Amino acid sequence: MTLILPYAREDAGQPPSLFPGYASTVARSPRQPLVKIPHTLTETTGPAGQWENLMGSSLADLTAQHKGTPQGQRIVVSGRVLDENGRPVPNTVMEIWQANAAGRYIHKKDQWDAPLDPNFTGAGRVVTDSEGRYQYVTIRPGAYPWGNHHNAWRPSHIHLSLLGPAFASRIVTQMYFPDDPLIEIDPIANAVPMPYRDRMVSRFDIETTKPNWALGYLFDVVLRGRDATPTEDDHHDD
Amino acid sequence: MTTEQVNPAPRHDNQDPALFGQTPSQTVGPFFHYGLPWKGGADLVGQSEMGARPELFPEEHYVLNLSPPRGAVSGEVITLEGVVYDADGKPIPDAMIEIWQANAAGRYASPDDNRAEIPLDEGFVGFGRASTDETGLYRFKTVRPGAVPGPGNSLQAPHIAVGVFGRGLIKRLVTRVYFEDASQNAEDPILALVPAERRDTLIARKVGGVWRFDIVLQGERETVFFDV
Ligand SMILES: [Fe+2]
Repeated sequence: MTLILPYAREDAGQPPSLFPGYASTVARSPRQPLVKIPHTLTETTGPAGQWENLMGSSLADLTAQHKGTPQGQRIVVSGRVLDENGRPVPNTVMEIWQANAAGRYIHKKDQWDAPLDPNFTGAGRVVTDSEGRYQYVTIRPGAYPWGNHHNAWRPSHIHLSLLGPAFASRIVTQMYFPDDPLIEIDPIANAVPMPYRDRMVSRFDIETTKPNWALGYLFDVVLRGRDATPTEDDHHDD
Repeated sequence: MTTEQVNPAPRHDNQDPALFGQTPSQTVGPFFHYGLPWKGGADLVGQSEMGARPELFPEEHYVLNLSPPRGAVSGEVITLEGVVYDADGKPIPDAMIEIWQANAAGRYASPDDNRAEIPLDEGFVGFGRASTDETGLYRFKTVRPGAVPGPGNSLQAPHIAVGVFGRGLIKRLVTRVYFEDASQNAEDPILALVPAERRDTLIARKVGGVWRFDIVLQGERETVFFDV
């Protein structure tokens, strides 16, 4: 018999699927109740450590992908990937994508009239070290308008995607900046109730700020953790 | 003159120990295509470019991976496809589907599946990622998975775990694909938790040689989504 160590469930900081302030959720969220299922081998396994065969190896400098230097404020973002028990998650991938300094995405469907930057794509990824640490270099993305409501603007943010060790630990999030007043009036950030919304706000850090080169920001990502002891099957495991 | 550099006073933010806990989920938004779905992400057995949408950004900005070479994969190669619909029955052209599955022998390519007696296939990871196209269609090429253990002494019918992402989805929706001709479905412990009248939203049907699995986010025939 296979021993299953289930993962913790969502904590109070996870947003609902339906949040009418973010208008697109209204027609894109289920109305039937979710069916709660136990964690099986399907949910407790994942493609850990096989990043080379999937999205690929590290690409940690988003300012060095083209001939020239991108426009904007250069920043160094560093932190750790941990589980909710505080244990580091080593050798795990974090995918990164973002708008440029003017708040424009390289995506063809982004029609906002802000300049594209030929020297900036805005996509990269990092793999954590043995202590769960990561670091990448990029430029600070700009705010941008969107069609959710009159005069709607997204705060500056970096999109982050992590798989972690298991299907159950998968998370996609956005990292925000500490000095941004738009966070308070952004429906996407506010789908996460306070105080948990503030978990997504990075911290300016003078220690990782590089003199005459780049501002440092800290951001830890916390994945769901496993319960300490098996909750099923352990009494009749052979 | 030197001044000691110290950090500003701590705030209620990501680094505040009092707030420590799971990082909240946020949407992928509409512009993820140059950042997430790599060429070949939806082809788990070959080296095609399935899964990516490189037409949505200039070629010089393609920094994603390319499908690596793969070894021989055992089992039946299948195509799994479907359309993702919203509450109004409109196809969703900016969704992204991820799958996770065992190989044909029923083994997960994961350090957390340590059943060494069941063989792994070199080059078959069992994880895939596909963007939907302008018609809301996603498509994977993979192998039909084997049965895997369930809770207690139960056996789970062959199935593929599915995650749905997209603009308007603040967090991932999780569902499963089962196969209509699998005899094990009747005994599957997860299907048994689903109200009988909704079970068929989890069953892929073979249509013209491909396995069809539409995903309906809301409304009539709303797909069953799981709390995992
Ligand atoms: Fe964005």
